[in-house]
Parts: sequence; C-alpha cells; structure tokens
Amino acid sequence: MKRSVIPLLTTLFVLVFFYLPIVVLVVNSFNASRFGGTWEGSTLEWYRMLFRETSVWRALRNTLIIAVGATFASVVLGTTAAFALHRYHTRLQRLHYTLIYTPLVVPEILMGMSLLLFFVAAGFELGLFTIFLAHTTFCISYVAMVVLARLQDFDFSIIEAAQDLGAGWWTTAWRVLLPLLAPGLAAGGLLAFTLSIDDFVITFFVSGPGSTTLPVRIYSMIKHSKNMPMINALSAILLVVTFAAVWGSQRLTKESHA
Amino acid sequence: MDDFLVFENVSKSFGKVRAAADVSLTIRRGEFFSLLGPSGCGKTTLLRILAGFESPDSGRVLLNGRDITQLAPNERKVNTIFQSYALFPHLTVAQNIAFGPQIAGWPRAQIREEVDKMLHLVQLTDQAHKRPDLLSGGQKQRVAIARALINKPQVLLLDEPLAALDLKLRQRMLIELDLIHDEVGITFVYVTHDQGEAMSLSDRIAVMDKGRIEQIGTPAQIYEAPRTSFVAAFIGDTNFFEGQVVELLGGDYSRLTVEGFPSVECFNDNKLNVGDLVYLSIRPEKFRISRERPEPAPHVNAVQGRVADVIYLGSLTKYWVRVQDYRIAVWRPASRFLLDENPITWNDEVWISWHGDDSFMLERYSESDEKLMEAPPEQVGDPNGHGAAKP
Ligand SMILES: Nc1ncnc2c1ncn2[C@@H]1O[C@H](COP(=O)(O)OP(=O)(O)OP(=O)(O)O)[C@@H](O)[C@H]1O
Ligand SMILES: [Mg+2]
Repeated sequence: MKRSVIPLLTTLFVLVFFYLPIVVLVVNSFNASRFGGTWEGSTLEWYRMLFRETSVWRALRNTLIIAVGATFASVVLGTTAAFALHRYHTRLQRLHYTLIYTPLVVPEILMGMSLLLFFVAAGFELGLFTIFLAHTTFCISYVAMVVLARLQDFDFSIIEAAQDLGAGWWTTAWRVLLPLLAPGLAAGGLLAFTLSIDDFVITFFVSGPGSTTLPVRIYSMIKHSKNMPMINALSAILLVVTFAAVWGSQRLTKESHA
Repeated sequence: MDDFLVFENVSKSFGKVRAAADVSLTIRRGEFFSLLGPSGCGKTTLLRILAGFESPDSGRVLLNGRDITQLAPNERKVNTIFQSYALFPHLTVAQNIAFGPQIAGWPRAQIREEVDKMLHLVQLTDQAHKRPDLLSGGQKQRVAIARALINKPQVLLLDEPLAALDLKLRQRMLIELDLIHDEVGITFVYVTHDQGEAMSLSDRIAVMDKGRIEQIGTPAQIYEAPRTSFVAAFIGDTNFFEGQVVELLGGDYSRLTVEGFPSVECFNDNKLNVGDLVYLSIRPEKFRISRERPEPAPHVNAVQGRVADVIYLGSLTKYWVRVQDYRIAVWRPASRFLLDENPITWNDEVWISWHGDDSFMLERYSESDEKLMEAPPEQVGDPNGHGAAKP
C-alpha cells in the first residue's frame, strides 16, 4: 500500500509555522545582534540586562501574587461548584451549569470590558485586587469543568463505605475524598495557574497603575521597542516555565486515569 | 434475647415508588438472615435503612433494644459489604482492612495483629500490599468482607455480594461465606434475588415483593409451605391449578374440585373452608409418573394425560404432561437405572400421581379481587405513567 505524503506534509507545516518562530525567538535571545536577523555571536547580555530591569521583576511579582491567589480561590470555588453540579440535577442546576460554562466561550475582550465597567460602577479601585477577582472569575469555570469530569467517574459508594466504617464527615473528606480527587484538583489548579499567568486581554482592561503584570509589561516593552532582545530572553524563560507546568499537569492527569 | 434486630412498621417511598411498605420483621442474634425478592422489590432499601444511608418515612429500627433509626451510618455497630465492593483504590489491601480500626483509634500493634488475622481468615496474606485494582473479583470480595468484619460489627450487611462473580467463583464464595459466618458468629443480613444462594446459606429468609414482606421462614418452610402464590411461584418451580374446596375431610384434608381432574384430596393447613376459591400448587418433583394406573391409596391423587415434551438431563428427566388445557411440569429424578426400562417418551399415555401432603392450597380471591392483586395501588409508578385506576 502506498502511503500518502499529505500527513507528513501537514506535520511539517505545523512544525514549521508553530515551532520555528519559537526557535528563532530562543536563538535570538542568545544573539549578540540587537535586531536579530543576522547572527553576531552568542551572548548572555540580554539575560543580564533582564535581571537588572526592576520593572520586569515587579511585574513578575504581581503576576505570581495574582496567579497564586486566583488559583487557590478558583480551586476552592470551582470544586464546590463541580460538586453541586454533580450531586443535584434540578432545573436550577442546569442554569448553574450554563453560568459556569459561559465564561469558557465568551470572548475575552467582552469579559474584560464588562468587568471593567462593573468594577468602575461598583467603585472598586483598579489594581491587583481587581485583577485577582477577574482571573478568579474565569478560572473557576476551568477548574469546575476539570473537576466535574473527574467526578463523573468517581464511585460515590466509596464515600458511603468510609462512613459505614465509622468515618465522620471530615475524616471522609480528608482520608478518602481528598486523596482520590487530588490529581483532579492539581490538574485544575495548574490549568488555572497557567491561564492566570499569561492572561493579557482581561488583565489589560482591569489593571490599574502599579499593578502591571508580566504580559502587560512585555507588551509595553515591545511597543516602546528599545530592548527587543531582552524580551526574547524573558520569553524564553517563560517558555521553559510554561512547558514545565503543562508537562506536570499532564503527568497528574495521566496518573489519575491509570 | 431473640429480638436482636427489629424492624417496626418501616415504610419508605421514593416519590411514588413504595420501596418499603410497612415492613416488620425480627432477626435473631447470630442468624444468617436473607432478604429475597425480585429486582426493585426494596431489598437494598431495607438494607440501607439498616445501615443508616436512608431514613425511613415512618417506623423504627431497633438493634439490641436500642432505637437506631436516627443514628448516622458511622454511629452504628453495623458494617456493609457493598455490591460494587467500594474498596478504597488509593489504599493497599492491608490499609483498606485497617481503615475502620484506625478511625476507631485502636492501638497500632493491635491493628497490625487484627489485620493479619483477617488477611489469614480471607486467605489474602500474600496480597496484603497490593492495590485493589490488581485483584480479581473474588479477591476484592474477600477484602470487602475482611474490611467489614475486622470492626466486629453486631450485624454484617451484604448486598448481593456474589452478583458480580462468575458461576464457579460464586459457588466457592458461597461456601466460604458460610464458613466465615460459622467462624465469626456475627448476625448476617444478606440481600439477594437468587433463591439458590438464599436457600443454601440462610437460617431464615424473608421473601419480598413490591416493598412488602410476603413470608418469613426457614428455607424448607418457604419451599414446602409457601403462604402466597407469589412465594410459591418465585421460589422454585410449581404447577398452579384453579380449584374450589367442596368438602372438609378428617385429619386436616380437604376435597376440592379442579376442572378436568377427578376429585382431588389435599392437605389443608391454611384453614380454608368449603366454597373457598383456591390455587392448588404442586411442585414438579412431587409427581410420580407411570404408564399404569397407580394403586389407589389414601390421599393419593392420580390423573391421566399425554406426554407433550421430554427433556433428558441425565440426573433428571423433565416431562410436560398435557391434561385438558394444563401443561403440567413433572420432574423425575434418575434414581433408577433407566436403560433397562422401556422409557416413557413423547406422546405416551401416562398417569401422574401425587400424595395430598405434597401439594398445597393458597387462597384465591374472586375474579375482580384477582385483578386488584395483580395491580395493587403501590404500583403507581408503572412504565406507562398511568396511575392505577381504582375500580
Ligand atoms: N434513591 C432512590 N431514588 C429513587 N428511587 C429509588 C431510590 N432507591 C431506590 N429506589 C426505587 O425503590 C425501589 C426499590 O429499590 P431497591 O434498590 O431497594 O430494590 P432492590 O430490591 O434492591 O432491587 P435490585 O435487586 O435491582 O437491587 C425501586 O423501584 C427503585 O427504583
Ligand atoms: Mg439492590
């Protein structure tokens, strides 16, 4: 049988269009040339520069504070939402499901705008707190969906078995529910964390003075493009961190399915 | 002392379905007690009420004289073996078994000792450090038993514990369950829809239908003297004939008429009177079948018919004999060497006979009552969604 070359070509195109820019970016972050394009010898100068740039570090700090906070809040709220959705099947729950699901499909720009209008109308001062609220809002949906999927094939007679063997509510949650749901919670949490870390559109709308996050900072650095290679260096670092997080979350997902 | 575990007028409905309808029963200490009935009759519901996972709409449950109706599952000295085993997948076999004692706060050394004992009892010492998903069905089953028994419950509840096992394994586990019951001496309440399991294991059986208890008795009582036509039909095979009592004879016998039969004499322990409509029930193995008319004897009934079907099964031959409109099932065990004889076969004229002691009568209600019995008001949740129209 003759094998078609089309799949091979498709694969090649995907690799080229998707990974080539990334490779170029990473390579350029070590390129001594200020404008890229030509290779003028390797250097760590851009990385050194990056480490001296305090505004980047402040932005990174903001990003991490928000990501950790939003992850924690959305894991707690998203998990409780998933439980409610799984446990009860009333008409109200169908509405609940729609409400949870909608943020996944609503255009980010719409969400950013509406959140901004809401915060302004409610008299919130734009800053870290409003970004945290906004991130939590959409992360809840992702966490709820991940945990809900995990609950679908969870055998709830195990919970009854624990109670039957003398465990009270807390003991059951701690010794049975949590260990069994941990991979799901971790997967949901990692997803929330990565989403929060690299969110740009919504953050851009709801951030205020002094609350710049890393993606927003990168954007403004590009716009006032003095230090392109430094951005390359930053992107390369982000790339490594993101890959690590995705790899970790996939490991956890796989483990819980085994 | 005999009122160890008592259900007092327990009722439970799910929407329009009555899963338990005014159930009262008493289980003795150390007894192997079975709840037997068709699917959906409310066996699991009764068990869950006993374990504390459901609370009854009305009625009480008493354990050892104490009202436990309102106690949470973790406050009852009752343990359950779930149909799906419900082992903790993140714990090893030994950790699963140790779960109850750890919660109860036993000293470490004692837990280890008791877990070892239990592993030994259910023959899983080699598997102690495996996760449950690596075990076979029968092994999981035994872990579930050990995990429950280690807590020394006052009652062990088993919900169709063998249903998920294949036939061979089921028979082996049946014997093991029996041995374990003898060894630990704990009261077992066993739910099953398999009469074979119930008959072979139980001290006593409660036969249930549509949330009601139809009869409670030893396996022999239920088989030999069913009190309702449901029990007679559900337990084992039987032939039903419609008849009417026409004369009370001495010695607890009655004469009855059955259409197409000469007069029939039957033992009458249900205190039926002349004129009562009855079902006459005769189990297939109670008949004798022969070519010649049997010698007349007191209380022996005989009727002539023609063999409509024969199935030879080796240890048993099954005949279906046509008498009038009836197709009567007759089982004949191969207690004698058959090849010598001229065996009864298809289309032969035969006599079938039985002793009046071997048949029993169950009261039958008039035609309109009969309809009521078939569609009792409890069955409102029928598949067509119509409520039962009361005539
Ligand atoms: N949680 C519930 N919600 C609604 N209906 C229920 C619930 N539990 C049981 N029922 C209904 O109550 C009736 C009795 O159920 P139950 O599970 O006790 O039957 P069962 O005798 O154990 O049947 P099976 O042999 O199929 O397990 C059934 O009609 C069932 O549909
Ligand atoms: Mg059941």
